[in-house]
Amino acid sequence: MKAKVFVSLKPGVLDPQGKAIQHSVELLGFTGIADVRQGKYFEIALQDSADQEEAREAVARMAREVLSNPIIEDYRVEIEG
Amino acid sequence: MKFGIVVFPGSNCDHDAYHVISKQVGQPVDFIWHRDTNLNSFDALIIPGGFSYGDYLRAGALARFSPVMDSVKKFAASGRFVLGICNGFQILCEAGLLPGALIRNRDLHFICEHVYVRVETSDTPYTNEIAPGTVLRLPIAHADGNYVCDDATLDELQRDQRIVFRYCDENGNVSAAANPNGSRDHIAGICNAARNVLGLMPHPERACEELLGSSDGRDIFRSLAATLAAVA
Repeated sequence: MKAKVFVSLKPGVLDPQGKAIQHSVELLGFTGIADVRQGKYFEIALQDSADQEEAREAVARMAREVLSNPIIEDYRVEIEG
Repeated sequence: MKFGIVVFPGSNCDHDAYHVISKQVGQPVDFIWHRDTNLNSFDALIIPGGFSYGDYLRAGALARFSPVMDSVKKFAASGRFVLGICNGFQILCEAGLLPGALIRNRDLHFICEHVYVRVETSDTPYTNEIAPGTVLRLPIAHADGNYVCDDATLDELQRDQRIVFRYCDENGNVSAAANPNGSRDHIAGICNAARNVLGLMPHPERACEELLGSSDGRDIFRSLAATLAAVA
């Protein structure tokens, strides 16, 4: 079983890295980009015997307490069987 | 009075702080390895600058889980003094001992230069020997010093005069141009509600001798020493 955690900056929190990436992409010739936001992605391998709902709760807690800083970031958890 | 300097894997301003306390302030000081948990013999702690845990995940995020940090929280809750410098400020925010967070600098650069900060209040154990409005010249050295917080937190910080240092120009005027990293409300340092925990991005410990380009940082350590002497 695998858990995927996506951490992104909350709307309104300045993302200077996203802005720099947008600028670089535009230099490549891509147009029509309204905004780029950079985030983090984690893959957590879980024992296959783990209960899916319990795993979701455990990973959500990891995301809340370690992987993200709730002052500036949101997170989303996906569990793959 | 005894000072303790908490050392994490990746701390690199620990010896600077030790030198200042022992040689400039002239007080007993010891290093505290991050796995130690007994802080009974200390009156004030310094969480020094550096790159604890290589800044992995977020600056300060992993240091928060070091064994010493539970003791640091109890130490702070008991009213004793905790000073976080640079990475130490980031750790104190991640640990919830100070509000808000420090994110990537506005212009993305790692900034290593001397800047000016204005002392906004004398009503802290760290600034009681400094008149409000005094401009200090201190070095900064960080990539993630851009202070952010929500509106409610900012209102509270302003109302309770918990913004202790703001970036300014050499005449003490705050402006976007004098703000090196984009920090909200030009914040360079804040204290907690009880005023015994202070975090700041500039490095006062690197500015305690004229030989190093400035001795303005000494007043911060002198203030703290004066506070401790009065308490004792």
